[in-house]
Amino acid sequence: MTLTATSFDWVRQLVHRESAIVLQPGKEYLVEARLLPMAQQRGLAGVSELVEAVRTRPDPASTRRIVEALTTNETSWFRDGDPFMALTGTVLPQLLAARGPNERLNIWSAASSSGQEPYTIAMLLSDAMPDAPNRVSITATDLSREMVERTRAGRFSQLEINRGLPAPMLVRHFTRAGNGWEISPTLRKMVHASECNLAVPFPRMGPFDVVYLRNVLIYFDLATKQAILQRVRQIMRPDGWLFLGAAETTLGVDDNWERVVVGRGSAYRPRKGN
Amino acid sequence: MRALVIDDSRAMRRIVGSILTDLGFEVREAGDGRQALDALEAGGKEGWVPDLCCIDWNMPVMDGLQFVSAARANPGYRQVTLMMVTTESETGQIVKALAAGAHEYLIKPFTADAMRDKLAMLGLLPEGVAL
Repeated sequence: MTLTATSFDWVRQLVHRESAIVLQPGKEYLVEARLLPMAQQRGLAGVSELVEAVRTRPDPASTRRIVEALTTNETSWFRDGDPFMALTGTVLPQLLAARGPNERLNIWSAASSSGQEPYTIAMLLSDAMPDAPNRVSITATDLSREMVERTRAGRFSQLEINRGLPAPMLVRHFTRAGNGWEISPTLRKMVHASECNLAVPFPRMGPFDVVYLRNVLIYFDLATKQAILQRVRQIMRPDGWLFLGAAETTLGVDDNWERVVVGRGSAYRPRKGN
Repeated sequence: MRALVIDDSRAMRRIVGSILTDLGFEVREAGDGRQALDALEAGGKEGWVPDLCCIDWNMPVMDGLQFVSAARANPGYRQVTLMMVTTESETGQIVKALAAGAHEYLIKPFTADAMRDKLAMLGLLPEGVAL
């Protein structure tokens, strides 16, 4: 049975309530595709049956899994390379010049999924500065507990490794683990993963020198986008850098950010006097 | 953009070739390293130099690693990006291929997205191909 309008509405409301992410009408296919494995796992005929079962007898584990299935995205290494090139090319030299020689650098990878982004940052920084493992701390957060656990484990399947990880970096920073690959312990120690729902007040963290908040604002409504950007500003250093996804901007959302061109892309910095 | 797909399996040449064609590449094929060197030489005479070679490792006559070494030794092919596309997936083998002069390494099986990611990283996506 294909997804009924009632089932889709229930899923939409659940996802919006739990994550503030808006599933637009017409995204029925996405719900079908993402929830089908869960339905099959439970021996149900289809996604509608799954949604009906959970709707009539909700339990926290099932609703959480539904929300997670709809809010996590496939991700690749060096996804849209510009924000990473900007890190080593522009941001890092400026931060190192502005900070004391022993001052730690704090980076936040928000919505870090299974860990490709925080480990990409860890690889780049450890290649660029030999003392990175002692000086840099990367906070990786995601809404999904499963993704946080995967990030902590630092293990990736062959198919995941194939998605954009340069071969020289693979052999430098990973070892084989069964059918997959495992990140080196040194890099794993640089990354601290925890759960964080961007739509509600953040846990105590920061202040951050650099924040990667990419391809996640697009899922939120305007008011939530504004609230998130305001909270990000509060836990950022005044001379910090914010990277958004290529299709995202603070323009028309929150005027307290200044857009600066970095290499082929752009970054956002807290406006002075705010 | 031009690509030479080097693999002794016709099915694999067709798969890799069609992914590359979809990405806007003009594709030629070779069944082993020796044929690939011949194709490069013949191509050079008519002005057809590939931007990319996708190279299987295990092939008869001349394997992928030998081809990479031979191609690297020829200054005429300096601009050609060499990417191993193989089931060989041990760290030592990847290191060996990179040391011989391969620029990238894609492990089979792979998806079209994985190929696209690699090409994007190498700056080899033809204009107009959306990520």
